[in-house]
Amino acid sequence: MDATFLLLLACGLALFGYVLGRQRAAAFTARAPSWRAVHSRPGFHGSFVALAVAIPALLLLGIWAAVGRPGPSAVGAAIVLLAGLAGGALALRRLEPSFRARTWVERATMLVLLAASVLAIVTTVGIVLSLIVESIRFFERVPVTEFLFGTRWSPQTAIRADQVGSSGAFGAVPLFWGTIFIGAIIAMAVAVPLGLLSAIYLSQYASGIARRILKPVLEVLAGVPTVVYGYFAALTVAPAVRQLGLSLGIEDASAESALAAGLVMGIMIIPFVSSMADDAINAVPQAMRDGSLAMGATSSETVRLVIIPAALPGIVGGILLAVSRAIGETMIVVMAAGLAANLTLNPFKSVTTVTAQIVQLLTGDQEFDSAKTLSAFALGLVLFLITLVLNIWALRIVKRYREAYE
Amino acid sequence: MSIDTLARVAQNQRSVDARPLMTARDVHVWYGPKHALKGVSLDITRENVTAFIGPSGCGKSTFLRCFNRMNDTVAGARVEGRIELDGQDIHAPEMDVVQLRARVGMVFQKPNPFPKSIYENVAYGPRIHGLAASQGELDHIVEHSLQRAGLWDEVKDRLQDSGTALSGGQQQRLCIARAIAVDPEVVLMDEPCSALDPIATAKVEELIEELRGRYAIVIVTHNMQQAARVSQKTAFFHLGEMVEYGDTSQIFTNPREARTRDYITGRYG
Repeated sequence: MDATFLLLLACGLALFGYVLGRQRAAAFTARAPSWRAVHSRPGFHGSFVALAVAIPALLLLGIWAAVGRPGPSAVGAAIVLLAGLAGGALALRRLEPSFRARTWVERATMLVLLAASVLAIVTTVGIVLSLIVESIRFFERVPVTEFLFGTRWSPQTAIRADQVGSSGAFGAVPLFWGTIFIGAIIAMAVAVPLGLLSAIYLSQYASGIARRILKPVLEVLAGVPTVVYGYFAALTVAPAVRQLGLSLGIEDASAESALAAGLVMGIMIIPFVSSMADDAINAVPQAMRDGSLAMGATSSETVRLVIIPAALPGIVGGILLAVSRAIGETMIVVMAAGLAANLTLNPFKSVTTVTAQIVQLLTGDQEFDSAKTLSAFALGLVLFLITLVLNIWALRIVKRYREAYE
Repeated sequence: MSIDTLARVAQNQRSVDARPLMTARDVHVWYGPKHALKGVSLDITRENVTAFIGPSGCGKSTFLRCFNRMNDTVAGARVEGRIELDGQDIHAPEMDVVQLRARVGMVFQKPNPFPKSIYENVAYGPRIHGLAASQGELDHIVEHSLQRAGLWDEVKDRLQDSGTALSGGQQQRLCIARAIAVDPEVVLMDEPCSALDPIATAKVEELIEELRGRYAIVIVTHNMQQAARVSQKTAFFHLGEMVEYGDTSQIFTNPREARTRDYITGRYG
């Protein structure tokens, strides 16, 4: 029997159990001398029976699927359905006016919610573990020190020993630099001023109408798929940046550049910075603003001298979160930053980032036991650790700041 | 009311400067469609502390906020009528709201020191209005204002500590020091003691008495004993109207209006 069909059947049985339980409870509720004599409303009795059917049946179904017997098996299906029926029958026998169905249903609800959150956490832990395991395999081949401090990145290892360039180089410093250069420096140079200033305008100066129109428009920017930003960066911004570089007399301005990717990434991050800054500014009590205005301060003096200093921790936290998003961003850098692992300060040159390299290393047919492919996991681990630290740091700042105003 | 308070009320009737510093004539305020203040006229002098009393939502704070045009900062608020400071219409186009607020200071219900040092809180106004030519002068203004606010002795050794680290009562006196640092002519106080304990309240009330004569003081209060203690003139508001205005002693001992009598005897409010 098909597993999907079995699932539907179990749900149908549970529904049937609900109706049956509810009917039985409604009957004895009607006969009871007073509504106080019945502990739970009929709906809870029904839900109790439904849960008694569904939980054993679905658990067994899950185990059955996990054990890996996807093929039709009448025995398995029968066991699943029997478990559901037995659960339902036992539950039905327990129904009586004094039975605390409501308590049981509430407890079961809590367990279902708990299971959902545990599942999300377990999955994340699993992903991190797999990253760590693969990274360890990589570090068995390439020393950690070379990876973290080496300045030459050339992961092409030869398939045959007699090929040219048979030894790959796994110094990831140019990648880290490229990531920081694009995500934390160029992108933030665009996003922080624009995002902050627009947040100040929206929260302090804009009339109600302007705010109602501009804020959603700004938030639309956050909804544009990153691949679209990628086209824009590669097809529109990158050539323009190259022209600019050439006209400035920079001979080696390349078609793909750190500046192009950074600018577009900055634009992409603006709504994020702006909404975090907006939250931080709005968390500053109105009394603070009134106090300053009542002293005869102008709006801009109030913003500069009172609101920004008071909101600064929240704003800094928001910027850190934005950095962690920017350095994890992939599409724009894949399309516009290039793949040459240059260690350069020149924004018109092509650089590469951790994410762009991971994409490069893992696309196409790969064997998963070479240093080349395994290096992707080590890169992913470093990226994960950096964003993790940034996020924890940022959230801590934001939290402490929230406490200050509550 | 006790004999004690009555004696104080009588004693408070001393003469300083009886000319009205601010006058309000037929002032109306709307918040959107809500008519929050209905045609109020009143004079404010340096001589007397004026108290606004009345139940919540009666328009007393709304009226107070007209005198330094703080209602301008409320979206949807509309003010009509004429308010003058020293004979100048404060709604006239040539009246600059920044200068108006430098002349008409305000102290709020909840102490709202800026998250800056005690020194910087008091120096805020003098800095933005450019009142001090040198650091020494600014130091002098800060010290002088803190002394007048009765806070100097408590904070002189920790002027660089954060203003928000002070106790509630100290914070409120810091806010008063901040308001008087620009040497305003009028000080508006919107329930300045409602967030304070009785001892801190007594200190602020003493301070109000000391500041009387130098500044025209208007205080909104929910506490009728407080109105009786600190003010010489009292205005009673109800449902957006000024029901009665007169000497504090008269309002509290012999109100003309039944609504006033009912309110001060605790019938409602």
